[in-house]
Amino acid sequence: MGGMDDQDIIREFLIESSENLARLDEEIVLLERKPKDAELLASVFRTFHTIKGTCGFLGYSKLEAITHIAENILSQLRNGERDLTPPLVSLLLETIDAIKQVLRSLEATGEEGEEEYAELRERLRVACEGESAPAAQTPQAPAPVEETAVARTPSAADSTIRVDVGLLDKLMNLVGELVLARNQILQFNARHEDAALNANSQRLNLITTELQESVMKTRMQPIGVVWNKLPRLVRDVAASCQKRITLEMDGADTGIDRTILEAIKDPLTHMVRNCCDHGIEMPSERERLGKPAVGRLSLRAYHEGGHVNIEIVDDGAGIDPERIKAKAVQKGLIRQEQAERLSDREAMQLVFLPGFSTAERVTSISGRGVGMDVVKTNIEKIGGVVDLASTPGQGTTVKIKIPLTLAIIPGLVVHSGGERFVIPQVSLLELVRLEGESGLRQIERVQGSPVYRRRGMLLPIAYLNEILGLKPEDSAADAVNIVVLQAEDRQFGLVVDGISDTQEIVVKPLGKLLKGLDCYSGATIMGDGRVALILDVLGVAQRSGVCTESRESSRGVQAQASKQEGLRQSLLLFRCGSFERLAVPLSQVARLEEFPAARIEQAAGRPVVQYRGRILPLVDLGRQLDGRSQPDRAQDPLQVIVFGEGNKTVGVMVDRILDILEEEVSEMRKTRRPGILGSVVVGSRVTDLLNLEPVMRSASEDDPASLGALGAALQSEEETALAGERI
Amino acid sequence: MREKGSEMGNASRQYATFYLGELFFGVEVCQVQEVLRHQEMTCVPLAPDVVEGLINLRGQIVTAVDMRQKFGLNRRPAGKAPMNMVVRTDDGAASLLVDEIGDVIEAPEDSFELPPDNIPPGRRELIDGVYKLQHGLLMVLNTERALAVARTD
Repeated sequence: MGGMDDQDIIREFLIESSENLARLDEEIVLLERKPKDAELLASVFRTFHTIKGTCGFLGYSKLEAITHIAENILSQLRNGERDLTPPLVSLLLETIDAIKQVLRSLEATGEEGEEEYAELRERLRVACEGESAPAAQTPQAPAPVEETAVARTPSAADSTIRVDVGLLDKLMNLVGELVLARNQILQFNARHEDAALNANSQRLNLITTELQESVMKTRMQPIGVVWNKLPRLVRDVAASCQKRITLEMDGADTGIDRTILEAIKDPLTHMVRNCCDHGIEMPSERERLGKPAVGRLSLRAYHEGGHVNIEIVDDGAGIDPERIKAKAVQKGLIRQEQAERLSDREAMQLVFLPGFSTAERVTSISGRGVGMDVVKTNIEKIGGVVDLASTPGQGTTVKIKIPLTLAIIPGLVVHSGGERFVIPQVSLLELVRLEGESGLRQIERVQGSPVYRRRGMLLPIAYLNEILGLKPEDSAADAVNIVVLQAEDRQFGLVVDGISDTQEIVVKPLGKLLKGLDCYSGATIMGDGRVALILDVLGVAQRSGVCTESRESSRGVQAQASKQEGLRQSLLLFRCGSFERLAVPLSQVARLEEFPAARIEQAAGRPVVQYRGRILPLVDLGRQLDGRSQPDRAQDPLQVIVFGEGNKTVGVMVDRILDILEEEVSEMRKTRRPGILGSVVVGSRVTDLLNLEPVMRSASEDDPASLGALGAALQSEEETALAGERI
Repeated sequence: MREKGSEMGNASRQYATFYLGELFFGVEVCQVQEVLRHQEMTCVPLAPDVVEGLINLRGQIVTAVDMRQKFGLNRRPAGKAPMNMVVRTDDGAASLLVDEIGDVIEAPEDSFELPPDNIPPGRRELIDGVYKLQHGLLMVLNTERALAVARTD
């Protein structure tokens, strides 16, 4: 069945039932005192009914038989056909004990147990048919079920409790406040040199962070909760279109904040439906094309750097970019000449335009063309990104990237026009600092619009103070700070007066009066107690005109996507030792840094550097790969790529950072050289892929990083010209 | 609109009062959360003119709306910091920026009258009515409209 498997369902059933039974005990005793209370009777009846229903569904015949007769008796009571007598109450309580016993046995062994309860069932049957309940053969209160019947282990119900969601939300809010208070104390601490205060505030910092994570976890639910409805959906859709589809689900236990889970439920269902209905072809068609008759739909969810990725992959007909373009033109969404200029990848994005439906015919299953645009809006509303890639004839992949939680996010604090703003880190790609006269000249103009050449491509530039109508900073700027941001599928540079640091911020909504402003997504309270506005990157981009709604893209220079198979990947290219062109996936890179050679120290005979209050072990990659140090190692400053996060960071020294490319990676040719995964073609040149694992391992064999985390204050002391922020 | 309690001769309501220049206003006490001295504010670029800024009220972010702007009065003289009257709304708390805070007074129901017709329409709707008090007129502020998204500005 997949998704939520049987074991989970049984566990749920056990927890639910034991709660219900505990309540039943109470209610029946109460009922004895107030036998005419209709509401109470109805509740007791419902509980029995629920248990019976679930037993039947799960195939527990013994339990079902017992509860069934008890339910009949209750039904008679409810209809007023008979009165509740004390012997009847005893009989019901006895029944509950029997149910408990079976449940306990179920929990321990997974079986209903040997006991047949024939005698009890017989008495229940007699009671049900007879006018009055016969007394039990041994006329005494039913003996409590023997505890020794099943070895006493902490039951599922004991280790979990149900908590009101409102309470969890409140807890989350309080933690948010605590995070703010923590930030304030840390900032205060930074101004005062007091050892005791310092130690205490560090402790407060650690505890708060841990508390925040734990509380966030309490709100996490496995994505399987949403997924478990999909097998049925896929089956139904497949049956109604006479298709054959198997559904595979991987990562159903990936946890997501429950508010986000709510938000993705509908989009996810819609997309799965779409795949089944439009994506996967009829069995005959599939066979004609040489594919297996049974279509495959697979869902995958996994965590990656503070995000959850969900992939929906089908092996169906795929999407033909030409057909999409034609459709979009026909619907008047874009003009013919615009369509001709679109790359295949850009054409795919047309699917997300409002009023677009690719199905030749509208079916009852996939709605009426209110599809993908709504999906996209809903996902973007929660700070997520949808991407669609397709190869005609091979299938379609939809990739959704959503944040783990909405309440507390990492953000970059910037200054502009004397005000302070926060940019959500999700949208941040990198920071560029242009210094001095020559730096200022690097911002060039195309027909009056500012642009910056970023690794050979033109990046549109916008000035935050101009967008917001703020006065420019008085002091003659000797440097330009560009924050490179991603707004939907476009990138642009936002010039700010200053960049402070990154902080965990608590997002608070803006009041009604400010709802209409699309430049802000909320506000937050900073360490000094003042309010700062959170920029809505998309809103800022639209307002500045760097990312126009009409799809007249500015990125004509986009490297031509090859027709090769493979996923698009961002790669960091660098040179090291005898390797002229090495690459690692950008997603694995935490940061790029430069250290003066003088800052390198030795710890346990290995090179290390002090970095953000920790000790960062360094790996001489050239030596690892070539087996000897390069003679021209004397370069200064050192170029270091920082991998990993938290306590497990490693700095890898390389000779030169070359570029960052986002491209489809060709098929890899494996090599047997140590430290190299294989060779691929990137940017039309052969490039070796670094095998990161042995490098990381070599650094952590005796891990100097564990010497101590002195402080986790996120201060960017180094003015790094280029800090590839991990997103 | 408020119900008229004219038949209950000695009934009265409590109002928290404030001044805008010479004008005397009242907000029903139960709507007022608290009154604060001038607070540090974060300005919101591109916001409507009436929005003066955002205040951190013990972790809650409160929009401050300048009542002088709302009523189309002159700017507050320089050097004179406004006071905050924080009121509860459906949308959370919001702050009315006023010149001075007055006393809480009891206004007898029988002195109430609907706003006179000669008030300009844009401002008339901001007032629920007028109490004819011994020492002057008390205008009852309709906080919901006073804090609504500025249509008339």
